[in-house]
Amino acid sequence: MSDIKLKITDREGVLHEVDAPTDMNMNLMEVVRSYELAPEGTIGICGGMAMCASCQCYVKSDHELPEMSDDEDAMLAEAFNVEDNSRLGCQIHMTPDLDGLEVELAPES
Amino acid sequence: MIKTDILIIGAGPTGLFAVFEAGLLQLKCHLIDALPQAGGQCSEIYPKKPIYDIPGFPEVLAGDLVDNLMEQIKAFQPGFTLGERAETIEKQEDGSFIVTTNKGTKHHAPIVAIAGGLGSFEPRKPLLENLSKFEDNGVAYMIKDPEVYRNKKVVIAGGGDSALDWSIFLADVAAEVTLVHRRNEFRGALDSVEKVQQLKNAGKINLITPAEIVGLKGGDTLTAVEIKKTGEEENIVLEVDNFIALFGLSPKLGPIADWGLEIEKNAIKVNNALDYQTNIPGIYAIGDVNTYPGKLKLILCGFHEATLMCQSAYQKIYPDKKYVMKYTTVGGVSGFDGTKKEAPKAVVKAIE
Repeated sequence: MSDIKLKITDREGVLHEVDAPTDMNMNLMEVVRSYELAPEGTIGICGGMAMCASCQCYVKSDHELPEMSDDEDAMLAEAFNVEDNSRLGCQIHMTPDLDGLEVELAPES
Repeated sequence: MIKTDILIIGAGPTGLFAVFEAGLLQLKCHLIDALPQAGGQCSEIYPKKPIYDIPGFPEVLAGDLVDNLMEQIKAFQPGFTLGERAETIEKQEDGSFIVTTNKGTKHHAPIVAIAGGLGSFEPRKPLLENLSKFEDNGVAYMIKDPEVYRNKKVVIAGGGDSALDWSIFLADVAAEVTLVHRRNEFRGALDSVEKVQQLKNAGKINLITPAEIVGLKGGDTLTAVEIKKTGEEENIVLEVDNFIALFGLSPKLGPIADWGLEIEKNAIKVNNALDYQTNIPGIYAIGDVNTYPGKLKLILCGFHEATLMCQSAYQKIYPDKKYVMKYTTVGGVSGFDGTKKEAPKAVVKAIE
């Protein structure tokens, strides 16, 4: 069992420091949901298929993240409030090298 | 007024399967859905994605699952009110309900089963000042009647199939079609992308990419949009009559939230110890739209919930009737259309 630490700022601006397991095939969107940092029904609507952008977040730390898939790229091209550091939480899998990752949830849209 | 036994709100997999279970009990169903087609998320969001946890199907495409469910319930002749959103519910003196849609269609039933998933799909709106002012005065999020755009100057924003398809279609109808997208790449069917390329080359579609609409101008009605092209200092002001924003759909619980039902975490609380009834007797909630301790938003759980709901609904409609659950292998399936499916009878015959 190896946990990493994440800093997640929710949509109200509140910072949460949470532990995330790296051995349970979880992604960032699922971590946010498991800690209920955003109301159910407002995040992870498509279930993690990169098809809704409800889990969009801004990456604040300089961790090297997995490259964007075409699906994620295309979804972000249609989403709102997109910044250069926007990613879809459902496409970021929890791995040991993401220890210390800092993200902020994008507004609900 | 449409009359039925069980009025189902939401035509996703759970709502569709409820028609089958109700049919076995000789109860008729009618479904309302805000989308123009049945299938809910399976048809709207991920028809081409495989699902691996439908019991008995090692792998099935979401779209195929919907097709199969439609085939399975065909004999029970469900009615559909599609493209309309259930808006209000009124309890009648006899305990039955009248549900009215946003287009005024009225439905009357003793039982209402909400199978609304995450809610009704609403268009995603761009974040622009004055947007609501121009809604129906030049700004639209879906195209109901393309004739509205005949000989008009139209700008379409979006990068998916609907933006591409409507640009192609309106190229022959409107006076001028401009397509604006934040990227140079479009996500759509290959032939749609190629067709837009041809129309662009032929000068029938004006393509502005990578760019974004950042402002709306006009008095009572829209007269121009302001377009910011990535990397360019000055914004383009484009004179248009219509702006159609096609940024996909996102589900919202919507008017159901105001029906006096107990809501928790954007879902409707139900009695999962018994029959998935809500705090209002006669109204049930099944599938992704409900919540109870241990709830899982899975299609297979929705099927189970639909089945128990129908048994309870039957008892409510016919309190004096005795009923014993029958296996379909024993009782077969008798449709309302006169069809009968049943296991072939074994032959009893001596061998001489």
